[in-house]
Amino acid sequence: MARAVTNNRKAFNTALAWLVGLLIFFPILWTVLTSFKTEAQAINDPPLFLFFDWTLENYSVVQERSDYLRYLWNSVFIAGGSTLLGIVIAVPAAWSMAFVPSRRTKDVLLWMLSTKMLPAVGVLYPIYLLFIQLGLLDTRIGLTIVLMLINLPIIVWMLYTYFREIPAEILEAARMDGASLREEILYVLTPMAVPGIASTILLNFILAWNEAFWTLNLTAANAAPLTAFIASYSSPEGLFYAKLSAASTMAIAPILILGWFSQKQLVRGLTFGAVK
Amino acid sequence: MATQHSRTAARFMMAPAVFLLLVWMLVPLTMTLFFSFKKYLPLRGDSMANGLEWVGFANYVRFVGSSSFWPSIQATLIIVGGVLVVTIVLGVLLAMLLDQPMWGQGIVRILVIAPFFVMPTVSALVWKNMFMDPNNGLLAYLWKAFGGTPVEWLSQAALPSLIMIVSWQWLPFATLILLTAIQSLDSEQLEAAEMDGAPVLARFWFIILPHLSRAITIVILIQTIFLLSIFAEIFVTTGGAFGTKTLTYLIFQRVLESQNVGLGSAGGVYAIILANIVALFLMRIVGKNLDA
Repeated sequence: MARAVTNNRKAFNTALAWLVGLLIFFPILWTVLTSFKTEAQAINDPPLFLFFDWTLENYSVVQERSDYLRYLWNSVFIAGGSTLLGIVIAVPAAWSMAFVPSRRTKDVLLWMLSTKMLPAVGVLYPIYLLFIQLGLLDTRIGLTIVLMLINLPIIVWMLYTYFREIPAEILEAARMDGASLREEILYVLTPMAVPGIASTILLNFILAWNEAFWTLNLTAANAAPLTAFIASYSSPEGLFYAKLSAASTMAIAPILILGWFSQKQLVRGLTFGAVK
Repeated sequence: MATQHSRTAARFMMAPAVFLLLVWMLVPLTMTLFFSFKKYLPLRGDSMANGLEWVGFANYVRFVGSSSFWPSIQATLIIVGGVLVVTIVLGVLLAMLLDQPMWGQGIVRILVIAPFFVMPTVSALVWKNMFMDPNNGLLAYLWKAFGGTPVEWLSQAALPSLIMIVSWQWLPFATLILLTAIQSLDSEQLEAAEMDGAPVLARFWFIILPHLSRAITIVILIQTIFLLSIFAEIFVTTGGAFGTKTLTYLIFQRVLESQNVGLGSAGGVYAIILANIVALFLMRIVGKNLDA
């Protein structure tokens, strides 16, 4: 709605929007600030906002005490692995549904979506049992597979909506010019599909990173990612705000940065193309 | 353009995804159904190898008959309903605000979206300790500053507090989708209405809101699917105490904490049925969109 408005009104909008935006963002800001305080400053009365002795001590303590880097590596492995595995399986499927649709394509897509609606808790024990039987409990591989499966429908859907926007005429034109199927895929389709695939990877990496049902229930000491690392800080004894904040900041910072790049894809990905 | 040859190839390309999802859906589902008709207490020596006792619908009856069942349904509905109301009302207002011309719109958008990317365990812990703690939480200082007595949020007002935490996480999602929808509104329509002297409220009620109805429906359905199964937020904050034991959490406790697999599985079947009712509506909308 690009309408001409007075500067007064624009200034009012700006002030109000910034106020609301900062209010919503405040818990994150406060966590980051607290992570640089000493424990005493963190619970100071009145609360200290900016004027305290900034320190990095909490970060080194958290790394030392609970080996942050190991959890980080687990998170990267599980989120990255499940996303890439999902892409490898989903690209051919989405591709064929977008370019060689049949009467049943729509049903298959909707059915895939329906698997996503299965409440995790309903199948918790079977998965738990199968994991014990297969020796997958508390392993990175096991969790990678589960997260790949729960996100596969979203990956297929997102890719499908992107692929469908590539005009089929371009393929025909390439074919008329004598391109083989391999050349067609390699030089015509792939360059056009790369942005869509990249956005899909980004969003699914974020979803897998933040997943907190299976990661909490299927891991213990070995394969626990950052979601579980943080949950271990929930015990009441020995709770220190500054260290909790440092741990939290380290757990969310990587994904917050990625997330800011993926705002647009978020809508498309999570509404299964129903809102673009 | 599709030849018989390319159709065969297409089917071949779809096969891995379809097969994996089919296995992922059918195997655990069948097992849950199977267990739900059995007496299965692993801690008391029941095991698959020894054969499980068939108990018919006893688990189903007992799950519904337990004193925690109806409170859990109630807690689930209050949390889902509360979060939906908060996120949609605030989401519509926020989307309309963000749609206005202003300076630094991109930065405000980023600030508003940020909570969505915070992992559930972190947001629950941060809210629980740094904001809602009755001794050192920021809200306690705020209360004291105005002469009030600090509230023990997560025990005295556990449900509203939980709704607050979860709403904070989901408000960005609702706002983002509603904003996308508002931006597709034809501004000439609004201008025409403005020139005809329609007051602000009338413009909102008769033009903006109807335009948003589809987006709102989608937000409701998708959030409901996710909200029905929230887990980490409860796990970290109250552990299911103070009336926050939702259906999901109750099943989790039956299965993993008290290791009553048969009973928990029966609960799981109820949860699956509940989710499917919501899913049916969502699928209809998404399906319609596929034809367009």
